[in-house]
Amino acid sequence: MTAGVTARAVAETVTDPELPMLTLADLGVLREVAEDGGTVTVSITPTYTGCPAMDTMRDDLVRALHRAGFPDAEVRIVLQPAWSTDWISAAGRRKLAAAGIAPPRGAPRPVTGPIPLVLGPSPDPVRCPHCGSGRTRLVSYFGATACRSLHRCEACREPFEHVKEI
Amino acid sequence: MSFDNAYEALSDSSDSSAGTEDNDGPNDGPNDGHWAFGTGFTDPLAGVDTTVPADVDAADLALYSLMLGDDALIMSHRLQEWCASAPELEDEVALANIALDLLGQARLLLSRAAAADGRGPGEASSVRGEASSVPGEDRYAFFRAEHEFRNVRLAELERGDFGELTVRLLVFATWRLALLRRLAASRDPVLAAIAAKGVKEVTYHRDYAAQWLVRLGDGTEFSHERAAAGLAAVWPYVAELFRGHDVERRLAAVGAGVDPAELRDEFDEVLGQVLAAAMLDAPEVPVQAGAGGRDGVHTGAMGSLLAELQSVARADPEATW
Repeated sequence: MTAGVTARAVAETVTDPELPMLTLADLGVLREVAEDGGTVTVSITPTYTGCPAMDTMRDDLVRALHRAGFPDAEVRIVLQPAWSTDWISAAGRRKLAAAGIAPPRGAPRPVTGPIPLVLGPSPDPVRCPHCGSGRTRLVSYFGATACRSLHRCEACREPFEHVKEI
Repeated sequence: MSFDNAYEALSDSSDSSAGTEDNDGPNDGPNDGHWAFGTGFTDPLAGVDTTVPADVDAADLALYSLMLGDDALIMSHRLQEWCASAPELEDEVALANIALDLLGQARLLLSRAAAADGRGPGEASSVRGEASSVPGEDRYAFFRAEHEFRNVRLAELERGDFGELTVRLLVFATWRLALLRRLAASRDPVLAAIAAKGVKEVTYHRDYAAQWLVRLGDGTEFSHERAAAGLAAVWPYVAELFRGHDVERRLAAVGAGVDPAELRDEFDEVLGQVLAAAMLDAPEVPVQAGAGGRDGVHTGAMGSLLAELQSVARADPEATW
């Protein structure tokens, strides 16, 4: 074991396969790193149920821990509580914006009754990460990965992605 | 950037994306996971406690998980058929994303079924799978016969045009969202967790389909006509969604499942809102009565769907890649 380096510190360096500018810790999917004797158990939670990157995250975590001198490392999946974009750290939001991806606003508040239907454009449009304008238009709820939506800025005419709130 | 450099950048992707790490010993195997996402065959419930609550019948819970998992699996398959056929690239990406969300829900639900009832889906059909190392979710997806699938028939109907797809997705997502929202309070912690996650996803599916139906219904004469035709095609299969099966009612009675009969009011309220905005009316069509998908009775479309879904796994059950 490398003296002075905790398993948590190692796990926190591992980056997300689909948003490589963020660490898994920035993204909020790294839930727990437990050291018990020589065994390290890392708990991660999926952003979306079908997220195909879970296996890669697990392999990257195990590989990083092995490399840092933790040969006995295991990754567990936790489903509850479900991941929310509110868990993306302040540093993570800055890194997203710097990469031209609009960070999420606050996630929808939990409701007790039926979930309200959204038929029209959002009254609170996403700000363009390039020019900062609020004159943007949603192109599609679904982008290159499950967690991103597609938008276009009417001011600077640039398309951009947004980590959509869940 | 020259073409050579671009090529180099691609082939060195593991180094560049790991550039934020300070480790100086990256030589324990190529980090190629960024391009092909592993095998995808690991247990999606790895490390999750799948103990069934003491007063919940494990066989019922397994069958119920199959019902909800099959709905997602079969609907996902039909959505996947839209890859390379959607009217716009953005919608192709959207439908693929929705299909992926549902496939993820199916994997968890089929794995939950396998964990609740280790015997597999019936002795005759599971012999082949059980003799091998095929994971539970794959055994259910690839080695069951048609009558063992418990999905509602709405999910399996032959692919129609984009108008039909829009209506079917709206109906399916509205119904499933109402169901999952209630299931998030299930006394089975695994189902509750899967449902709570699914609520967030299916909310976007429903809004996507609802907004498209308004565009079509309140669009041109032709788009309105296609949306109306879609409604007429799908509507006979709506009543089945709320009919319920004994297993669903038994689990609802112990607080582990949801009786779909109680979803109808919420469904009608949401559909009423969308149809009014889309200037469409719910059609007067005869309802498909009798036994349905929850009893393993399917339409003619199911056989060819399963043939496609299962053919590779059945040709070589031991295959890995």
